[in-house]
Parts: sequence; C-alpha cells; structure tokens
Amino acid sequence: MCVGANSIRPQMIILKDLLKIKIICNNKKKGLGIMLLEINDLCVNAEDKEILKGINLKINKGEIHVIMGPNGSGKTTTANAILNNPAYTKIGGNIIFDGQDITHEKTDEIARKGVFMSFQLPEEIPGVSVTNFLKYAKNKVTGEPVKIFAFKEELKKYMEELNMNPKYMERSLNVGFSGGEKKKNEILQMLVLNPKLAILDETDSGLDVDAIKTVSKGIEMFKNENNAVLIITHNTKILHSLKVDYVHVLVNGKIVKTGTQELAKEIEENGYSKYKN
Amino acid sequence: MAKTKLEEINRNIYDIKNKDEYDFKIKKGLTKEIIEEISKQKNDPDWMREFRLKALDVYNKLELPTWGPDISELNMDEIATYVRPKTGLSNSWEDVPEDIKSTFDKLGIPEAEKRSLAGVGAQYDSEVVYHSMKEDLIKQGVVYTDMETAVREYPDLVRDHFMKCVPVNDHKFVALHGAVWSGGSFVYVPKGVKVDIPLQSYFRLNSPESGQFEHTLIIVDEGASLHFIEGCSAPKYNKVNLHAGCVELYVKDNAYLRYSTIENWSKNMLNLNTKKAIVGKNAQVDWVTGSFGSKISMLYPMSILNGEGAKTEYTGISFAGKGQNLDNGFKVVHNAENTSSLVNAKSISKNGGKCTYRSLVRINEKAKNSKSSVSCESLMLDDISISDTIPVNDIRTDEVEFSHEAKIGKISDKTIFYLMSRGLSEEDAKAMIVRGFAYPISKELPVEYAVEMNNLINLELDGAIG
Repeated sequence: MCVGANSIRPQMIILKDLLKIKIICNNKKKGLGIMLLEINDLCVNAEDKEILKGINLKINKGEIHVIMGPNGSGKTTTANAILNNPAYTKIGGNIIFDGQDITHEKTDEIARKGVFMSFQLPEEIPGVSVTNFLKYAKNKVTGEPVKIFAFKEELKKYMEELNMNPKYMERSLNVGFSGGEKKKNEILQMLVLNPKLAILDETDSGLDVDAIKTVSKGIEMFKNENNAVLIITHNTKILHSLKVDYVHVLVNGKIVKTGTQELAKEIEENGYSKYKN
Repeated sequence: MAKTKLEEINRNIYDIKNKDEYDFKIKKGLTKEIIEEISKQKNDPDWMREFRLKALDVYNKLELPTWGPDISELNMDEIATYVRPKTGLSNSWEDVPEDIKSTFDKLGIPEAEKRSLAGVGAQYDSEVVYHSMKEDLIKQGVVYTDMETAVREYPDLVRDHFMKCVPVNDHKFVALHGAVWSGGSFVYVPKGVKVDIPLQSYFRLNSPESGQFEHTLIIVDEGASLHFIEGCSAPKYNKVNLHAGCVELYVKDNAYLRYSTIENWSKNMLNLNTKKAIVGKNAQVDWVTGSFGSKISMLYPMSILNGEGAKTEYTGISFAGKGQNLDNGFKVVHNAENTSSLVNAKSISKNGGKCTYRSLVRINEKAKNSKSSVSCESLMLDDISISDTIPVNDIRTDEVEFSHEAKIGKISDKTIFYLMSRGLSEEDAKAMIVRGFAYPISKELPVEYAVEMNNLINLELDGAIG
C-alpha cells in the first residue's frame, strides 16, 4: 500500500530552497531553478512485490542529484519507473517531466521528450554498429536527419575525451565490450543524444578509479544550466570526483533523508544502518 | 509488456501484376504431346527433345517426397507449364515493351544496370526478354546468354554439362524440370579469366497458374573466377504457383565462384528449387542466399567437393511469416582430402511462420584432413512461431575436424526496453534487432542487394519500406 511519503522531509531542504531562490536572483543564467522532473507519491510494484512506497523527488534544471541506498532499496526501480519500463507496475502517484505528465507514456515517447538512462547492464545488439545505432537513435530523438560526416566527427571527439578506442565505432553495440567499456559507451550515448535529464543507474559500479574519473568527466561535459543529472549508486566513489547538489537516501522504497554532498560523506563513514527502520 | 501487433506485410511494392498477355499458352496438364509441343516451340535439337521425353518418363515413375512440408495441395494438372511473352529476345532497353519495362522499373533493374553491373539477363515469364553484356567480357571470351540460345550456339558445352550435376532422377521435381525447363541463364568463364564485376540475372513469374522452370548453368573453367547474382520476386495470385528451377554450377580446378540469390516469392508460391555445385581441386564455391516469401520452400543447395583442397561456404537466411513453411538448408559432400566447408545459416520466424534448417554433411572415407563447421541460429519473434533444426551428419573417417552449433533465441523484453529508452519505437527496436541478426548475411551481398534485403526485412516486419 502506498503511504504518504513526504513525512520525513528535512528542514534542510527548505533552507536549500531559499538558497536557490537567492541563486536565481544572483544568477541570470537561463534554466536554473526551473522544475524539470517532479515525482509525487510514486508507488511501484515489481512482480507483485511492493518496491517503491511513495517516492517524492524534485529536480530543477542545472542540478545534479544523487540517490543512494543499500541493495534492494528500490534505486533501479526508480530509474526504470521514470522511463516506464513495462516490467514494473505503477500503482500510485505521478511523474511530471518538463511540465508534462509522463507517468504512463511509452518508454520511447519519454526518451524523445528528453529522458535518458544509462543502464547498469547494457544490452548487447549483434550486427548493429555503435555508429549506426547512435545515428539511428539520434534521428529518432531529434526528429531530424543526421549528417553522417559531421556525426562521425562528433562521435570521434567524444570517444577521445572518454578514452575510448575509436575502433569501437564500427563494433557491434556492447558485444564483447568489457564492463568498463559498456559503461563508457553509455556515457557516450548520453553525450550524443544530449537529453534534458540523464539518469545514471550504477554507472560507477564495478569501475576502477581511472574509469570513474572518465565517467565524471563525461558528466561534466554533458552538464549545463538547462539539463539535469540523476545519479543512482550504492557507493560514494563517484562523488569523490564530481560535485553534486543534492544527495537523497533511499531505504526500503522511501527517501528517508535529503542533504548535500556532506550527507554522502557521512554515509561513507557510517553506512546506512542509521537509516534502516 | 503489451504485445505489439506486427502488421501483416504490405506486398504492394513487389506484387506488381501486369495484364496476363500471352500469345501462346499450352493446355493444362502434362503429357508426351505437351512436352513435344514445348520442344517444337523451342526449336530444340533432337537430343534435347529426347532428353525432355526421357525426363517425363522419370517424372511419371517417381513419387512425391514423403518427408518435409506437406505439398499435397499441388496438382500438376492445373499448372500450365509454359508461357511465352509477346516479345522475342532484345538486347537494348528501348526494345523492351512498356508494361514489362514498368515492372522491371519498379523492381529497380535498370538502376542495377546503371551501377555498371556487367550484364542483365532478366527472365520475364519463361523467355528471356532483355539481355546485355559489357563488351570487354565478350572480348575475354565470357559467354552469358539465355539457356535456349546456349543450347543452339554452344551445343557441346551444354551437352557435356546439362543435368549432369543434377541428374533427372534426383527427385520428382527435377524430373519435371528436365521435361519442361524453359529459360534461365548460361554462363561460361574461360580458363584464367577473372570477371571482376558481378553478373546479374533477375526473373519473376507473372502469369496465373504458370510454373517457372528456369535452368541456370554456370561453368567457371580452370583458374577463372566469377560472382553471379540471381534475384527473384513474383506477383501474388490466388492459385498455387510452382517454382521448380534448377541451378548447376561447375567450378573447375583452382576456380572460384560466388553465387548469390535473394528469393522473394509471393506467398502462394511453392518453391521447390534444386541447386548443386561440383567443385574441383583447390577450387571454391560460396553460396549466399536470402529466402523470403513463398508458401512452402524446399531448398537445399549442395556442394560436392570432388577435388583435393576444394572449399565451400554457405551463408543463408530465411524469413517465414504467417502461413509460411520454409524448409531450407545446405548439403555438402566431402569426396577428397583437405576439403573444407563452412556453414552459417540463420532463420527468422514470426506470426506463426515455420522455419526448418535441414542439412547434410557427409565426409567420405577418402576425405582425410577435411574440416566442416556448421552454425545455425534461429530467431523467433513471438510465441506462436516455429523453428526447427534437422541436421544429418555422416562422417566416415576419423581424421576430420567437425563442429555443429545450433542456437534458438527470442527477442527479450529487456533488449526492447533498452532500445526504446533510446527513442526507438517497439517496431523500430525489433526491426533493428532483426537487421542486426541478418547482418552477417547482408554484408556478404553487393550493396544494392543488401539494401534490398534490409528493405524486405522492414517490409516483412512493419509493412513499410524505410
């Protein structure tokens, strides 16, 4: 059953909101402070098991958010629910993206509206090269023809920045890629498709320090005042090389605490036990 | 996940039907008189007339095959075997009549010609109506003509090879073919001549109740090489249509032949085609096959590796939709030392379609140090489609390397979700997965055929060419 989940909203966020208003006043950059994603009382089941029990989350343009939580807390379910993966059933609440209710939209419609998700375990597509796949996807997302020469140059540039071997352009998507290569390939897709909201589901897990730095670099390249990033992770490694605005702690299907980067540090030291029960 | 209903195929693009114009159509059924009439119409030499009559005898004695798909709906008495189009042979595009031309236009034949393919021998109904060949090929002594002309002008070559590779007693439909064959291509590449651009032939059926029995005879002489492409498509009719063609390939010592086909028959066609190659010492034959359309297909190209060091590769794909039963495969016989065969077969089935991969690998005792590697992979797009693998491996010596690998798979919801999260619709996602699955085959085809095959896949999947 879905229980009202907003009961543990810490005061800190209010202070932060005030701070943001101040930022808007001082900062004439476009986009900042404009709501991009709003999740209200979202309850989601997976295989008849209640996973999300009333999630509330607001993400403004220009922000980087992190959802942290122990295994099984509902992190991946949150990501999948935003993109309306049919394997999950929404039983309550709604999701507003860029002013539109996307709660029950088809996944591809949501993607075309500007939501991207980096997968924890990216799928392999034999016989479809990275270049052809991305060219096709870019055309679907933008609705405009993709000029192949300029596109390949763009791809090459991004791959260089991400320390990817340019030979991967012609290889079948994710086939025979190592774990790290798959994750970098997800970041490459994010850069090419240039969404308004990028959800990175455990993109940092299983990566060595150098690969995490590369992923952070990719996020920094992507990030601007008109888009936002939602990082989903069970550890704090990526936060060493990336500055974030908000950290949310997700435990047992609910966000139990929201704070700043400091909160991540605290969890790194003390773990989640404090937030369980 | 909500099941998306894939549209039934819109075949309008390929099902182009001209008015059934003909100036000669034989009586239905098959008798000695009919065969003699055909022979007379064709101006056959005596040996060919006798050959046809002998084949008719064999046909009448042989039973229908007792294995494979059910073809009992076939009634030979209903099939007019021979339809001659209004025009005779032409060698310039301008001379081809308008309605025939428009059909070819829609199928992209002149386009292919523009792309400097070496020659076009396009069969319209039973008679070849359009033919051309690059002059430099003629200078090198390459012969590319229709089968009737070959019988008249190259009697020795034809007599030495015609239905020697595929004997008339092979099975009932080969015997039928021997009796009523009409049209087809003849190619001879002299010793040492390398034909560096592909030769192309295109034929289709256009008359209700008419069978098509074209004969392709290709001889690649010692040390020569050739790539031959055959494409077929047919308009749709209500009554059963039969295709019983025959392809004979002779690849002499040190020669190379690549034989590529895309077959796209209409969904009422029974495609009972017989294809065989005899491969000499250190020679190689490669088959590339895309099998679309037809109601029932029984098609098993065969390589006979007779010379030491002979090689063959088979790369093939079948796509069966609603009401289709495609029983395809490959046969190879290793008859000499150090021979090798490599098979890469794929099939896709959807909407209750059935694909069967039926194969034979036979390695005889004297074929020491031979290698054979078979891989077949099937993709089923839903729960009601069927995929089957029936391999026969007959290995008679220990000194061989042999492997057989079979994989059957379905498209997972996870994969579709992944692609949809990149902005692809469910249909786009499925089409992309299927095109990727078919890529190892399409990459073996010349680019315009690869494009045509991708278009066919799109057409089969969602009813639109994109």
